[in-house]
Amino acid sequence: MAIDDRTVEHVARLSRLELTPEERELFREQLSRILEYFSKLNELDTSGVPPTSHVVPMSNVFREDVVTPSLEREEVLGEAPDQEEGYFKVPRVFEEF
Amino acid sequence: MAGQITDLSAVELRERLARGEITAPEVVEAYLQRIRVLDPQLHAFLYVDFEGALMQARQVQEQVLARSRGSEADLPPLAGIPVAVKDNMCTKGVPTTCASRILKGWRPPYDATVVERLRKAGAIILGKTNLDEFAMGSSTENSGFGPTRNPWDLTRVPGGSSGGSAAAVAAGLAPLALGSDTGGSIRQPAALCGIVGFKPTYGRVSRYGLVAFASSLDQIGPMTRTVSDCAVLLNVIAGNDPRDSTSANLPCPDFARALRPEARGLRIGIPRECFVEGLQPEVREAVLQAADLFSSLGAICTEISLPHLDYALPTYYLIAPAEASSNLARYDGVQYGYRAQAGDLYTMYARTRREGFGPEVKRRIMLGTYALSAGYYEAFYLKALKVRTLIKRDFDAAFQDHDLILMPTSPTVAFPLGEKVTDPLQMYLNDIFTIPVSLAGLPGISIPCGFANGLPIGLQLVGRAFDEETVLRAAFTFEQHTGYWKARPPLGGG
Repeated sequence: MAIDDRTVEHVARLSRLELTPEERELFREQLSRILEYFSKLNELDTSGVPPTSHVVPMSNVFREDVVTPSLEREEVLGEAPDQEEGYFKVPRVFEEF
Repeated sequence: MAGQITDLSAVELRERLARGEITAPEVVEAYLQRIRVLDPQLHAFLYVDFEGALMQARQVQEQVLARSRGSEADLPPLAGIPVAVKDNMCTKGVPTTCASRILKGWRPPYDATVVERLRKAGAIILGKTNLDEFAMGSSTENSGFGPTRNPWDLTRVPGGSSGGSAAAVAAGLAPLALGSDTGGSIRQPAALCGIVGFKPTYGRVSRYGLVAFASSLDQIGPMTRTVSDCAVLLNVIAGNDPRDSTSANLPCPDFARALRPEARGLRIGIPRECFVEGLQPEVREAVLQAADLFSSLGAICTEISLPHLDYALPTYYLIAPAEASSNLARYDGVQYGYRAQAGDLYTMYARTRREGFGPEVKRRIMLGTYALSAGYYEAFYLKALKVRTLIKRDFDAAFQDHDLILMPTSPTVAFPLGEKVTDPLQMYLNDIFTIPVSLAGLPGISIPCGFANGLPIGLQLVGRAFDEETVLRAAFTFEQHTGYWKARPPLGGG
């Protein structure tokens, strides 16, 4: 299961991770090796086996729809890298028209 | 006096505090002093709350201990007893970093449910312990703030990811600690540091305020020097929590009452798949001797098979990174933590994450994102979920006619710092015996069962889902008939 540079690039973009050229090379090699090892799972026939995404059998958990206190806005915003007038502030999202 | 206090178990501390022989500030000061002396070499803590801990201790002394009438019955279970908390559990106003630069300096605006329960029980939170970044690792070398060292040999790792909690308890820097376990992160460091570490059944303890790594696997549990202390701490943290919809809505027994030194008739299965190449001979020997001890006490030990054990590691390393890649998407430099400067939003996200995350976290995010991405989802992620079913069925079958499974916690004793950190696959192999138990969501404890060249060996006991009592009773019985838990690492510090 060899992974090429383009795949590493694609996955890094999906992951929102900037990689240095050294990291790209390292991850290409390491991920290829790890995925190679994972192909061991193909030894098993899993047709007809249901997937387990959670071990404890549980259906929807409901609660009464009552109002409870929320976190203090000022305390939460106080931990943000940047804020303005009660909002989180981020760099420009849209290009100028 | 300080030496005496830090040698006591939590149960013994409680008796003396109740009788007024010692005070909570004295207890806390004794531990803080030991931390001052020993932690510079061990680096078990990322943050020690020197002032806060003493303040809490004075409050508990005045408002709770001094007002009780010398009777333990009147006291909350942990009144005046210090606890160390792994730094991936939120503590209001106290830094919570997950050992990641991306959360450096973050002070959560709320307490995790377990922390809330500790405070309500009168416990004093000493500080926050080191871990592999976001709990991803088996040696605590992946910490963004430097590794923790094993108190038994400072050139070796304490295990991980709860290596800081394990080292703190082993070195007597805290009588009790909380760890979290996703694939072995409580049990493996407990084994490598010679203490008791218990991962309860998935759903037994609330995950609210535990910073998420792999949500279908993460579970908080006690790390202590004795099984009795473990039961006392579990009593405090276990129970349903409406804020964690995966926490089990089941009654919790008094786990301390399960502790009877009794193994007669206990049906113990020993999986033959554990005793293969790669298992250190001394570990094999110690685990088999433990089985002999149980037999001599009237337990019935038989060989069993967990045929899919060998597939647990690749299954885990697809499922856990897949969940992690989604959970760690929240670190985007917007709401909390570190932000890199950039002119546009995409670059801000990607650069924040490049500069904020360490190599193992990046590797797992990449791996998980790949396994979930279009074209690979079925071949990798879905396949792993199906094999998870097969692994769970192996355990279900074994528990049809057994009460307990006995196996090694870790294939080797503590290894030297730097030995495996550059080879991810070698590092992942540390968890081959703990991961299957995590995938099946079962309760598993590691207790000391011997030494190899002066380094502790861990025995793992695994029970049915929500049958923590059988696990604790067996662990207690073993402890009562052995002396390994009494050994202390060769440290100074008084």
